[in-house]
Amino acid sequence: MKLTDDEKALLDGSGGPIRAWAMEHLLDVGQFFDAEDLVPVSQAHVMADTEALGASGVAWLEALAAAAPEDRRVTIPTVTDPRGADLAEYGRLKQDEAFVDLERRTIAAFRALGVLMADTCINYQTIMAPVFGEHVAFGDTGSAIYANSVCGARTNYEGGPSAIASALTGRAPRYGFHLAERRRGSLRVHVAERPRSLSDWGVLGGIVGRRMGSYWQVPVLTGIDGTPTSDELKHFGAALASYGSTALYHMVGVTPEAPTAERAFGGPQPSPELVVDLAAIEDFYAGYRPADDRLDLVVFAAPQLSLHELSALARLLEGSRIHDNVALIVCTSPELKAGARRMGILEVLEKAGALLLEGVCFYQMHARQIGVANGWKRLLTNSAKLTNIIGGYGYEPVLAPMEACVRSALAGRVVE
Amino acid sequence: MSDKVFLGHVGIGRPVEGIALVASDNFSARYDLDLVRGIFSRPSHALAGRSYVDTVLVLNAAKGGVATAWMLREMVARGLAPRALLLNFANPIMAQGAAFAGLPLIDRFKTDITVALSTGLRVAVDPPAGLVRVISEGERP
Repeated sequence: MKLTDDEKALLDGSGGPIRAWAMEHLLDVGQFFDAEDLVPVSQAHVMADTEALGASGVAWLEALAAAAPEDRRVTIPTVTDPRGADLAEYGRLKQDEAFVDLERRTIAAFRALGVLMADTCINYQTIMAPVFGEHVAFGDTGSAIYANSVCGARTNYEGGPSAIASALTGRAPRYGFHLAERRRGSLRVHVAERPRSLSDWGVLGGIVGRRMGSYWQVPVLTGIDGTPTSDELKHFGAALASYGSTALYHMVGVTPEAPTAERAFGGPQPSPELVVDLAAIEDFYAGYRPADDRLDLVVFAAPQLSLHELSALARLLEGSRIHDNVALIVCTSPELKAGARRMGILEVLEKAGALLLEGVCFYQMHARQIGVANGWKRLLTNSAKLTNIIGGYGYEPVLAPMEACVRSALAGRVVE
Repeated sequence: MSDKVFLGHVGIGRPVEGIALVASDNFSARYDLDLVRGIFSRPSHALAGRSYVDTVLVLNAAKGGVATAWMLREMVARGLAPRALLLNFANPIMAQGAAFAGLPLIDRFKTDITVALSTGLRVAVDPPAGLVRVISEGERP
Protein backbone atom coordinates (compact mmCIF):
# COMPACT_ATOMS: atom_id res chain seq x y z
CA MET A 1 0.00 0.00 0.00
CA LYS A 2 1.16 3.52 -0.74
CA LEU A 3 1.78 5.54 2.42
CA THR A 4 2.50 9.22 2.90
CA ASP A 5 5.64 10.26 4.75
CA ASP A 6 3.54 10.97 7.86
CA GLU A 7 1.93 7.53 7.68
CA LYS A 8 5.31 5.85 7.24
CA ALA A 9 6.58 7.71 10.27
CA LEU A 10 3.61 6.54 12.35
CA LEU A 11 4.22 2.98 11.22
CA ASP A 12 7.85 3.35 12.24
CA GLY A 13 6.89 4.46 15.73
CA SER A 14 7.15 8.25 15.57
CA GLY A 15 3.77 8.51 17.30
CA GLY A 16 4.52 5.82 19.86
CA PRO A 17 3.94 2.08 19.89
CA ILE A 18 0.15 2.29 20.02
CA ARG A 19 -0.14 4.33 16.86
CA ALA A 20 2.40 2.02 15.23
CA TRP A 21 0.14 -0.94 16.11
CA ALA A 22 -2.83 0.98 14.71
CA MET A 23 -1.03 1.53 11.41
CA GLU A 24 -0.04 -2.13 11.21
CA HIS A 25 -3.62 -3.19 11.82
CA LEU A 26 -4.98 -0.84 9.15
CA LEU A 27 -2.41 -2.18 6.69
CA ASP A 28 -3.25 -5.81 7.51
CA VAL A 29 -6.90 -5.19 6.73
CA GLY A 30 -6.17 -2.94 3.74
CA GLN A 31 -3.89 -5.51 2.13
CA PHE A 32 -6.49 -8.24 2.64
CA PHE A 33 -8.92 -6.14 0.59
CA ASP A 34 -6.35 -4.83 -1.93
CA ALA A 35 -6.57 -1.22 -0.74
CA GLU A 36 -4.09 1.02 -2.55
CA ASP A 37 -3.71 3.54 0.24
CA LEU A 38 -5.29 5.01 3.36
CA VAL A 39 -7.98 7.68 3.39
CA PRO A 40 -8.25 10.42 6.04
CA VAL A 41 -11.37 9.98 8.19
CA SER A 42 -13.01 12.74 10.22
CA GLN A 43 -14.82 10.85 13.00
CA ALA A 44 -14.95 7.37 14.51
CA HIS A 45 -17.65 5.34 16.24
CA VAL A 46 -16.44 2.43 18.37
CA MET A 47 -18.43 -0.71 19.20
CA ALA A 48 -16.94 -2.20 22.35
CA ASP A 49 -19.50 -3.73 24.67
CA THR A 50 -17.89 -6.06 27.16
CA GLU A 51 -19.58 -9.20 25.92
CA ALA A 52 -17.80 -8.64 22.63
CA LEU A 53 -14.56 -7.49 24.24
CA GLY A 54 -14.33 -10.27 26.77
CA ALA A 55 -11.67 -10.17 29.47
CA SER A 56 -8.89 -10.20 26.87
CA GLY A 57 -10.33 -7.19 25.04
CA VAL A 58 -10.73 -5.21 28.25
CA ALA A 59 -7.12 -5.97 29.24
CA TRP A 60 -5.98 -4.91 25.76
CA LEU A 61 -7.83 -1.58 26.09
CA GLU A 62 -6.30 -1.05 29.53
CA ALA A 63 -2.86 -1.59 28.07
CA LEU A 64 -3.55 1.18 25.56
CA ALA A 65 -4.81 3.40 28.36
CA ALA A 66 -1.62 2.87 30.35
CA ALA A 67 0.50 4.52 27.67
CA ALA A 68 1.72 8.11 27.96
CA PRO A 69 -1.04 10.67 27.26
CA GLU A 70 0.65 11.94 24.09
CA ASP A 71 0.79 8.37 22.75
CA ARG A 72 -2.71 7.23 23.58
CA ARG A 73 -5.10 10.09 22.80
CA VAL A 74 -7.39 9.73 19.79
CA THR A 75 -6.77 12.25 17.01
CA ILE A 76 -10.32 12.63 15.63
CA PRO A 77 -13.73 12.97 17.34
CA THR A 78 -14.56 9.47 18.58
CA VAL A 79 -17.71 8.21 20.27
CA THR A 80 -18.89 4.86 21.63
CA ASP A 81 -21.64 2.46 20.63
CA PRO A 82 -23.96 1.14 23.42
CA ARG A 83 -22.31 -0.30 26.52
CA GLY A 84 -23.07 -3.64 28.11
CA ALA A 85 -24.60 -2.32 31.34
CA ASP A 86 -26.60 0.66 32.52
CA LEU A 87 -24.70 1.37 35.72
CA ALA A 88 -27.80 2.85 37.38
CA GLU A 89 -30.15 -0.04 36.59
CA TYR A 90 -28.14 -3.23 36.16
CA GLY A 91 -29.24 -4.59 39.53
CA ARG A 92 -32.88 -4.67 38.40
CA LEU A 93 -31.81 -6.86 35.50
CA LYS A 94 -29.82 -9.21 37.76
CA GLN A 95 -26.72 -8.62 35.67
CA ASP A 96 -23.65 -10.42 36.88
CA GLU A 97 -21.42 -8.09 38.90
CA ALA A 98 -18.35 -9.48 37.12
CA PHE A 99 -19.68 -8.21 33.78
CA VAL A 100 -20.45 -4.82 35.28
CA ASP A 101 -16.92 -4.60 36.64
CA LEU A 102 -15.62 -5.19 33.11
CA GLU A 103 -17.82 -2.29 31.98
CA ARG A 104 -16.37 0.05 34.59
CA ARG A 105 -12.82 -0.87 33.57
CA THR A 106 -13.69 -0.37 29.90
CA ILE A 107 -15.18 3.05 30.51
CA ALA A 108 -12.07 4.13 32.43
CA ALA A 109 -9.85 2.95 29.61
CA PHE A 110 -11.86 4.72 26.93
CA ARG A 111 -11.82 7.96 28.89
CA ALA A 112 -8.04 7.73 29.14
CA LEU A 113 -7.92 7.44 25.35
CA GLY A 114 -10.04 10.58 24.97
CA VAL A 115 -13.03 8.70 23.59
CA LEU A 116 -16.40 10.38 24.25
CA MET A 117 -18.81 7.99 25.96
CA ALA A 118 -21.87 8.69 23.82
CA ASP A 119 -22.96 5.06 24.22
CA THR A 120 -25.30 5.15 21.28
CA CYS A 121 -25.90 3.29 18.02
CA ILE A 122 -27.94 6.22 16.70
CA ASN A 123 -25.10 8.74 16.72
CA TYR A 124 -26.41 9.93 13.35
CA GLN A 125 -29.62 11.04 15.10
CA THR A 126 -28.24 12.15 18.45
CA ILE A 127 -24.59 13.25 18.17
CA MET A 128 -23.44 14.34 14.70
CA ALA A 129 -24.61 12.96 11.39
CA PRO A 130 -21.85 12.79 8.77
CA VAL A 131 -22.32 14.80 5.59
CA PHE A 132 -22.30 13.81 1.93
CA GLY A 133 -18.91 12.55 0.82
CA GLU A 134 -17.39 12.59 4.32
CA HIS A 135 -15.08 9.64 5.00
CA VAL A 136 -15.70 8.21 8.48
CA ALA A 137 -14.96 5.04 10.48
CA PHE A 138 -18.27 3.87 11.93
CA GLY A 139 -18.45 0.73 14.00
CA ASP A 140 -22.07 -0.24 14.32
CA THR A 141 -23.70 -1.85 11.31
CA GLY A 142 -26.79 0.32 11.72
CA SER A 143 -24.82 3.54 11.98
CA ALA A 144 -22.58 2.54 9.06
CA ILE A 145 -25.45 1.73 6.71
CA TYR A 146 -27.28 4.95 7.66
CA ALA A 147 -24.13 7.04 7.15
CA ASN A 148 -23.42 5.45 3.76
CA SER A 149 -26.94 5.30 2.41
CA VAL A 150 -28.95 8.17 3.91
CA CYS A 151 -26.14 10.67 4.47
CA GLY A 152 -24.01 9.73 1.47
CA ALA A 153 -20.94 9.52 3.71
CA ARG A 154 -18.33 6.82 3.15
CA THR A 155 -17.42 4.05 5.55
CA ASN A 156 -16.92 0.32 5.77
CA TYR A 157 -17.98 -1.63 8.81
CA GLU A 158 -15.25 -0.76 11.27
CA GLY A 159 -15.29 -3.16 14.20
CA GLY A 160 -13.93 -2.02 17.56
CA PRO A 161 -10.19 -2.60 17.01
CA SER A 162 -10.26 -1.03 13.56
CA ALA A 163 -12.35 1.96 14.66
CA ILE A 164 -9.84 2.51 17.47
CA ALA A 165 -6.99 2.23 14.97
CA SER A 166 -8.71 4.86 12.83
CA ALA A 167 -9.33 7.06 15.87
CA LEU A 168 -5.61 6.90 16.77
CA THR A 169 -4.38 7.68 13.26
CA GLY A 170 -7.20 9.56 11.53
CA ARG A 171 -6.99 7.02 8.70
CA ALA A 172 -8.85 4.02 7.28
CA PRO A 173 -7.89 1.65 4.46
CA ARG A 174 -9.34 2.93 1.19
CA TYR A 175 -11.34 -0.04 -0.13
CA GLY A 176 -14.98 -1.05 -0.31
CA PHE A 177 -17.45 1.77 0.24
CA HIS A 178 -14.78 4.47 0.37
CA LEU A 179 -14.53 3.93 -3.41
CA ALA A 180 -17.09 5.37 -5.85
CA GLU A 181 -17.04 2.28 -8.06
CA ARG A 182 -17.98 0.02 -5.12
CA ARG A 183 -21.01 2.17 -4.33
CA ARG A 184 -22.95 1.43 -7.50
CA GLY A 185 -26.09 -0.66 -7.20
CA SER A 186 -25.75 -4.38 -7.89
CA LEU A 187 -29.32 -5.63 -7.75
CA ARG A 188 -32.78 -4.13 -7.84
CA VAL A 189 -35.56 -4.67 -5.31
CA HIS A 190 -39.00 -3.34 -6.14
CA VAL A 191 -41.22 -2.39 -3.20
CA ALA A 192 -44.78 -2.87 -4.38
CA GLU A 193 -46.48 -1.52 -1.24
CA ARG A 194 -45.16 0.94 1.28
CA PRO A 195 -44.40 -0.50 4.74
CA ARG A 196 -47.00 0.59 7.31
CA SER A 197 -45.04 0.75 10.55
CA LEU A 198 -41.50 0.90 11.90
CA SER A 199 -41.50 -2.86 12.31
CA ASP A 200 -42.68 -3.23 8.69
CA TRP A 201 -39.67 -1.17 7.62
CA GLY A 202 -37.49 -3.52 9.64
CA VAL A 203 -39.18 -6.49 7.98
CA LEU A 204 -38.47 -5.00 4.55
CA GLY A 205 -34.84 -4.72 5.60
CA GLY A 206 -34.87 -8.32 6.77
CA ILE A 207 -36.38 -9.59 3.51
CA VAL A 208 -33.83 -7.73 1.40
CA GLY A 209 -31.02 -8.70 3.75
CA ARG A 210 -31.79 -12.39 3.46
CA ARG A 211 -31.36 -12.02 -0.31
CA MET A 212 -27.90 -10.48 -0.06
CA GLY A 213 -25.07 -12.82 -0.94
CA SER A 214 -22.28 -10.84 0.64
CA TYR A 215 -21.17 -7.52 2.10
CA TRP A 216 -20.25 -6.26 -1.35
CA GLN A 217 -23.76 -6.30 -2.81
CA VAL A 218 -25.59 -2.96 -2.96
CA PRO A 219 -29.37 -3.23 -3.26
CA VAL A 220 -31.30 -0.49 -5.04
CA LEU A 221 -34.91 -0.11 -3.94
CA THR A 222 -37.46 1.22 -6.37
CA GLY A 223 -41.14 1.95 -5.86
CA ILE A 224 -41.02 3.63 -2.46
CA ASP A 225 -44.00 5.93 -2.41
CA GLY A 226 -43.25 9.01 -0.33
CA THR A 227 -40.15 9.95 1.61
CA PRO A 228 -39.56 7.78 4.65
CA THR A 229 -38.67 9.31 8.02
CA SER A 230 -35.32 8.98 9.72
CA ASP A 231 -36.78 6.41 12.13
CA GLU A 232 -38.23 4.36 9.28
CA LEU A 233 -34.89 4.31 7.49
CA LYS A 234 -33.20 3.54 10.80
CA HIS A 235 -35.25 0.35 11.27
CA PHE A 236 -34.92 -0.57 7.60
CA GLY A 237 -31.17 -0.10 7.51
CA ALA A 238 -30.50 -1.79 10.85
CA ALA A 239 -32.40 -4.90 9.77
CA LEU A 240 -30.87 -4.92 6.28
CA ALA A 241 -27.41 -4.68 7.82
CA SER A 242 -28.18 -7.39 10.35
CA TYR A 243 -29.71 -9.94 8.00
CA GLY A 244 -27.54 -9.10 5.04
CA SER A 245 -24.21 -7.80 6.34
CA THR A 246 -25.08 -4.96 4.00
CA ALA A 247 -23.41 -1.57 4.47
CA LEU A 248 -24.96 0.47 1.66
CA TYR A 249 -28.27 0.67 -0.17
CA HIS A 250 -29.82 3.16 -2.49
CA MET A 251 -33.50 4.12 -2.47
CA VAL A 252 -34.50 5.80 -5.69
CA GLY A 253 -35.86 9.29 -5.14
CA VAL A 254 -34.90 9.18 -1.47
CA THR A 255 -31.19 8.67 -0.84
CA PRO A 256 -28.63 11.14 -2.21
CA GLU A 257 -26.80 8.85 -4.64
CA ALA A 258 -30.04 7.66 -6.22
CA PRO A 259 -31.90 10.63 -7.72
CA THR A 260 -32.73 8.13 -10.48
CA ALA A 261 -32.30 4.38 -10.80
CA GLU A 262 -29.83 4.92 -13.63
CA ARG A 263 -27.62 7.06 -11.39
CA ALA A 264 -27.77 4.45 -8.64
CA PHE A 265 -26.69 1.66 -11.01
CA GLY A 266 -24.32 3.77 -13.08
CA GLY A 267 -26.27 2.67 -16.15
CA PRO A 268 -29.61 1.21 -17.17
CA GLN A 269 -31.59 -0.28 -14.32
CA PRO A 270 -32.01 -4.06 -14.41
CA SER A 271 -35.26 -5.90 -13.87
CA PRO A 272 -36.08 -6.47 -10.21
CA GLU A 273 -34.60 -9.62 -8.68
CA LEU A 274 -37.02 -9.31 -5.79
CA VAL A 275 -40.48 -7.78 -5.42
CA VAL A 276 -41.69 -7.11 -1.89
CA ASP A 277 -45.38 -6.64 -1.21
CA LEU A 278 -47.46 -6.74 1.96
CA ALA A 279 -47.95 -10.50 1.62
CA ALA A 280 -44.17 -10.95 1.75
CA ILE A 281 -44.04 -8.74 4.82
CA GLU A 282 -46.79 -10.76 6.52
CA ASP A 283 -44.95 -13.99 5.68
CA PHE A 284 -41.86 -12.64 7.40
CA TYR A 285 -43.83 -11.89 10.58
CA ALA A 286 -45.35 -15.36 10.38
CA GLY A 287 -41.88 -16.85 10.54
CA TYR A 288 -41.62 -15.53 14.08
CA ARG A 289 -45.17 -16.42 15.14
CA PRO A 290 -45.15 -18.33 18.45
CA ALA A 291 -46.76 -21.70 19.09
CA ASP A 292 -48.67 -20.30 22.08
CA ASP A 293 -49.36 -16.93 23.69
CA ARG A 294 -46.87 -17.19 26.56
CA LEU A 295 -44.89 -13.97 27.09
CA ASP A 296 -41.98 -13.09 29.38
CA LEU A 297 -40.47 -9.92 28.04
CA VAL A 298 -41.17 -7.04 25.67
CA VAL A 299 -38.16 -5.14 24.33
CA PHE A 300 -37.93 -1.92 22.38
CA ALA A 301 -34.32 -1.57 21.24
CA ALA A 302 -31.93 -2.40 18.39
CA PRO A 303 -31.65 0.35 17.37
CA GLN A 304 -31.98 2.57 20.43
CA LEU A 305 -35.20 4.55 20.36
CA SER A 306 -35.36 8.13 19.12
CA LEU A 307 -37.19 10.79 21.06
CA HIS A 308 -40.16 10.41 18.73
CA GLU A 309 -40.29 6.65 19.30
CA LEU A 310 -40.13 7.19 23.07
CA SER A 311 -42.94 9.70 22.80
CA ALA A 312 -45.07 7.33 20.71
CA LEU A 313 -44.50 4.53 23.22
CA ALA A 314 -45.47 6.79 26.10
CA ARG A 315 -48.70 7.72 24.37
CA LEU A 316 -49.57 4.04 24.00
CA LEU A 317 -48.77 3.28 27.65
CA GLU A 318 -50.17 6.40 29.28
CA GLY A 319 -52.64 5.56 32.05
CA SER A 320 -52.07 1.81 31.73
CA ARG A 321 -50.05 -0.71 33.70
CA ILE A 322 -47.90 -3.51 32.31
CA HIS A 323 -48.97 -6.98 33.41
CA ASP A 324 -47.14 -8.29 36.49
CA ASN A 325 -45.87 -11.35 34.64
CA VAL A 326 -44.17 -9.38 31.90
CA ALA A 327 -41.13 -7.08 31.87
CA LEU A 328 -40.94 -4.19 29.41
CA ILE A 329 -37.47 -2.85 28.60
CA VAL A 330 -36.70 0.19 26.48
CA CYS A 331 -33.21 1.25 25.40
CA THR A 332 -32.11 4.70 24.33
CA SER A 333 -29.08 6.97 24.47
CA PRO A 334 -28.09 8.86 27.64
CA GLU A 335 -28.92 12.20 26.01
CA LEU A 336 -32.37 11.07 24.98
CA LYS A 337 -33.15 9.57 28.38
CA ALA A 338 -32.31 12.96 29.90
CA GLY A 339 -34.56 14.57 27.31
CA ALA A 340 -37.33 12.09 28.03
CA ARG A 341 -37.08 12.93 31.72
CA ARG A 342 -37.23 16.65 31.05
CA MET A 343 -40.24 16.29 28.74
CA GLY A 344 -42.28 14.05 31.04
CA ILE A 345 -41.97 10.96 28.84
CA LEU A 346 -39.91 9.03 31.37
CA GLU A 347 -42.51 9.54 34.10
CA VAL A 348 -45.24 8.08 31.88
CA LEU A 349 -43.11 5.06 31.00
CA GLU A 350 -42.14 4.40 34.61
CA LYS A 351 -45.71 4.76 35.90
CA ALA A 352 -46.72 2.10 33.40
CA GLY A 353 -44.01 -0.18 34.72
CA ALA A 354 -41.54 0.11 31.84
CA LEU A 355 -37.80 0.21 32.46
CA LEU A 356 -36.01 2.81 30.34
CA LEU A 357 -32.30 2.01 30.10
CA GLU A 358 -29.70 4.45 28.85
CA GLY A 359 -26.54 3.85 26.87
CA VAL A 360 -27.19 0.16 26.25
CA CYS A 361 -28.88 -2.12 23.77
CA PHE A 362 -30.61 -5.29 24.87
CA TYR A 363 -28.57 -7.83 22.92
CA GLN A 364 -25.32 -6.18 23.99
CA MET A 365 -26.07 -6.61 27.71
CA HIS A 366 -24.92 -10.20 28.19
CA ALA A 367 -28.38 -11.22 27.07
CA ARG A 368 -27.88 -14.91 27.75
CA GLN A 369 -26.97 -14.32 31.40
CA ILE A 370 -29.85 -11.96 32.16
CA GLY A 371 -32.27 -14.23 30.35
CA VAL A 372 -31.34 -17.13 32.58
CA ALA A 373 -31.26 -14.97 35.72
CA ASN A 374 -34.75 -13.60 35.10
CA GLY A 375 -36.36 -16.65 33.54
CA TRP A 376 -36.93 -14.84 30.24
CA LYS A 377 -37.50 -16.98 27.17
CA ARG A 378 -40.32 -15.59 25.04
CA LEU A 379 -39.31 -12.13 23.84
CA LEU A 380 -41.63 -9.83 21.89
CA THR A 381 -40.22 -6.85 20.01
CA ASN A 382 -40.91 -4.50 17.13
CA SER A 383 -37.26 -4.75 16.04
CA ALA A 384 -36.59 -7.08 13.13
CA LYS A 385 -32.88 -6.71 13.89
CA LEU A 386 -33.36 -7.98 17.43
CA THR A 387 -35.38 -10.98 16.27
CA ASN A 388 -32.47 -11.91 14.01
CA ILE A 389 -29.93 -11.77 16.82
CA ILE A 390 -31.58 -12.90 19.97
CA GLY A 391 -32.46 -16.49 19.06
CA GLY A 392 -28.81 -17.44 19.41
CA TYR A 393 -28.95 -16.28 23.03
CA GLY A 394 -31.63 -18.79 23.96
CA TYR A 395 -34.71 -16.59 23.50
CA GLU A 396 -37.81 -17.27 21.43
CA PRO A 397 -38.28 -14.02 19.48
CA VAL A 398 -41.67 -12.81 18.32
CA LEU A 399 -42.00 -9.81 16.00
CA ALA A 400 -44.92 -7.38 15.97
CA PRO A 401 -45.60 -3.65 15.53
CA MET A 402 -45.17 -1.40 18.55
CA GLU A 403 -48.92 -1.19 19.18
CA ALA A 404 -49.30 -4.98 19.34
CA CYS A 405 -46.25 -5.22 21.58
CA VAL A 406 -47.85 -2.78 24.01
CA ARG A 407 -51.21 -4.58 23.93
CA SER A 408 -49.38 -7.81 24.72
CA ALA A 409 -47.39 -6.24 27.54
CA LEU A 410 -50.63 -5.03 29.12
CA ALA A 411 -52.42 -8.35 28.59
CA GLY A 412 -49.51 -10.46 29.86
CA ARG A 413 -49.61 -12.68 26.78
CA VAL A 414 -48.98 -12.39 23.06
CA VAL A 415 -52.04 -10.83 21.43
CA GLU A 416 -52.59 -9.54 17.89
CA MET B 1 -0.63 -37.04 -0.34
CA SER B 2 -3.71 -35.49 -1.91
CA ASP B 3 -3.45 -33.23 -4.93
CA LYS B 4 -6.60 -31.31 -4.12
CA VAL B 5 -5.61 -27.66 -3.76
CA PHE B 6 -7.99 -24.70 -3.64
CA LEU B 7 -6.85 -21.17 -4.38
CA GLY B 8 -8.32 -18.11 -2.72
CA HIS B 9 -7.17 -14.56 -2.07
CA VAL B 10 -4.07 -14.02 0.03
CA GLY B 11 -5.31 -14.24 3.59
CA ILE B 12 -4.44 -13.31 7.15
CA GLY B 13 -2.44 -15.28 9.71
CA ARG B 14 0.02 -18.15 9.71
CA PRO B 15 -0.28 -21.63 8.12
CA VAL B 16 -2.13 -24.29 10.14
CA GLU B 17 -3.60 -27.75 9.69
CA GLY B 18 -6.85 -29.12 11.01
CA ILE B 19 -10.08 -31.02 10.45
CA ALA B 20 -12.70 -29.23 8.37
CA LEU B 21 -16.17 -28.46 9.68
CA VAL B 22 -18.24 -27.40 6.68
CA ALA B 23 -21.71 -25.99 6.03
CA SER B 24 -23.32 -23.89 3.32
CA ASP B 25 -24.44 -21.38 5.90
CA ASN B 26 -23.13 -18.00 6.98
CA PHE B 27 -21.20 -16.83 10.01
CA SER B 28 -21.32 -14.29 12.81
CA ALA B 29 -19.69 -14.95 16.17
CA ARG B 30 -22.33 -13.00 18.09
CA TYR B 31 -25.38 -14.28 16.26
CA ASP B 32 -24.39 -17.90 15.89
CA LEU B 33 -22.12 -19.01 18.73
CA ASP B 34 -22.21 -19.82 22.41
CA LEU B 35 -18.71 -18.62 23.25
CA VAL B 36 -18.72 -20.24 26.69
CA ARG B 37 -19.62 -23.73 25.48
CA GLY B 38 -17.83 -23.45 22.15
CA ILE B 39 -20.81 -24.53 20.08
CA PHE B 40 -23.12 -23.11 17.43
CA SER B 41 -26.15 -21.93 19.39
CA ARG B 42 -28.36 -20.27 16.79
CA PRO B 43 -31.19 -22.79 16.36
CA SER B 44 -31.59 -22.15 12.64
CA HIS B 45 -27.88 -22.50 11.83
CA ALA B 46 -26.85 -25.55 9.82
CA LEU B 47 -24.25 -26.37 12.50
CA ALA B 48 -26.53 -25.81 15.53
CA GLY B 49 -25.25 -27.78 18.49
CA ARG B 50 -21.89 -28.60 16.86
CA SER B 51 -18.57 -27.64 18.45
CA TYR B 52 -16.38 -25.36 16.34
CA VAL B 53 -13.39 -25.55 18.68
CA ASP B 54 -10.10 -26.51 16.98
CA THR B 55 -11.80 -27.02 13.61
CA VAL B 56 -11.02 -25.45 10.27
CA LEU B 57 -14.37 -23.78 9.98
CA VAL B 58 -15.66 -23.56 6.41
CA LEU B 59 -18.75 -21.43 5.75
CA ASN B 60 -20.22 -19.26 3.03
CA ALA B 61 -20.23 -15.58 3.98
CA ALA B 62 -19.68 -13.33 6.94
CA LYS B 63 -23.01 -12.02 8.19
CA GLY B 64 -24.35 -10.13 11.17
CA GLY B 65 -22.83 -7.31 13.13
CA VAL B 66 -19.48 -5.97 14.19
CA ALA B 67 -18.89 -7.90 17.44
CA THR B 68 -16.90 -10.61 15.67
CA ALA B 69 -14.06 -8.10 15.33
CA TRP B 70 -13.51 -8.41 19.09
CA MET B 71 -14.86 -11.89 19.70
CA LEU B 72 -12.38 -13.86 17.62
CA ARG B 73 -9.56 -12.68 19.89
CA GLU B 74 -11.51 -13.57 23.02
CA MET B 75 -12.25 -17.02 21.56
CA VAL B 76 -8.53 -17.54 20.98
CA ALA B 77 -7.71 -16.30 24.49
CA ARG B 78 -10.15 -18.79 26.01
CA GLY B 79 -8.86 -21.66 23.92
CA LEU B 80 -12.29 -21.99 22.33
CA ALA B 81 -11.59 -20.88 18.79
CA PRO B 82 -11.45 -22.60 15.42
CA ARG B 83 -7.93 -23.12 14.06
CA ALA B 84 -8.79 -21.25 10.87
CA LEU B 85 -11.69 -19.73 8.99
CA LEU B 86 -12.37 -20.37 5.32
CA LEU B 87 -15.18 -18.35 3.75
CA ASN B 88 -16.42 -17.72 0.27
CA PHE B 89 -16.83 -14.07 1.24
CA ALA B 90 -15.40 -12.42 4.32
CA ASN B 91 -16.57 -8.95 5.22
CA PRO B 92 -14.42 -6.23 6.80
CA ILE B 93 -15.40 -7.35 10.29
CA MET B 94 -14.16 -10.88 9.75
CA ALA B 95 -10.87 -9.61 8.33
CA GLN B 96 -10.43 -7.10 11.14
CA GLY B 97 -11.22 -9.72 13.74
CA ALA B 98 -8.85 -12.26 12.20
CA ALA B 99 -6.06 -9.68 12.06
CA PHE B 100 -6.70 -8.64 15.67
CA ALA B 101 -6.84 -12.24 16.89
CA GLY B 102 -4.07 -13.67 14.72
CA LEU B 103 -6.60 -16.21 13.47
CA PRO B 104 -5.88 -17.63 9.99
CA LEU B 105 -8.46 -16.55 7.39
CA ILE B 106 -8.77 -17.07 3.63
CA ASP B 107 -11.71 -16.08 1.41
CA ARG B 108 -12.60 -15.43 -2.26
CA PHE B 109 -11.84 -18.94 -3.51
CA LYS B 110 -12.11 -19.71 -7.20
CA THR B 111 -14.70 -22.35 -6.35
CA ASP B 112 -17.43 -22.57 -3.72
CA ILE B 113 -15.29 -23.71 -0.82
CA THR B 114 -18.30 -25.03 1.11
CA VAL B 115 -18.89 -27.48 -1.76
CA ALA B 116 -15.24 -28.23 -2.49
CA LEU B 117 -14.53 -29.33 1.08
CA SER B 118 -16.51 -31.59 3.35
CA THR B 119 -16.59 -32.13 7.08
CA GLY B 120 -13.92 -34.48 8.35
CA LEU B 121 -11.26 -33.74 5.74
CA ARG B 122 -7.85 -32.90 7.13
CA VAL B 123 -6.64 -29.72 5.41
CA ALA B 124 -3.59 -27.47 5.38
CA VAL B 125 -4.42 -23.78 5.36
CA ASP B 126 -1.76 -21.38 4.03
CA PRO B 127 -3.00 -17.77 4.29
CA PRO B 128 0.17 -16.10 2.94
CA ALA B 129 -0.28 -18.13 -0.25
CA GLY B 130 -4.07 -18.07 -0.21
CA LEU B 131 -4.10 -21.86 -0.52
CA VAL B 132 -5.96 -24.74 1.06
CA ARG B 133 -4.68 -28.29 0.47
CA VAL B 134 -6.53 -31.48 1.34
CA ILE B 135 -4.12 -33.70 3.28
CA SER B 136 -6.28 -36.75 3.93
CA GLU B 137 -9.79 -37.93 4.52
CA GLY B 138 -9.18 -37.29 8.23
CA GLU B 139 -11.77 -38.15 10.80
CA ARG B 140 -15.34 -38.39 9.65
CA PRO B 141 -17.79 -37.09 12.26
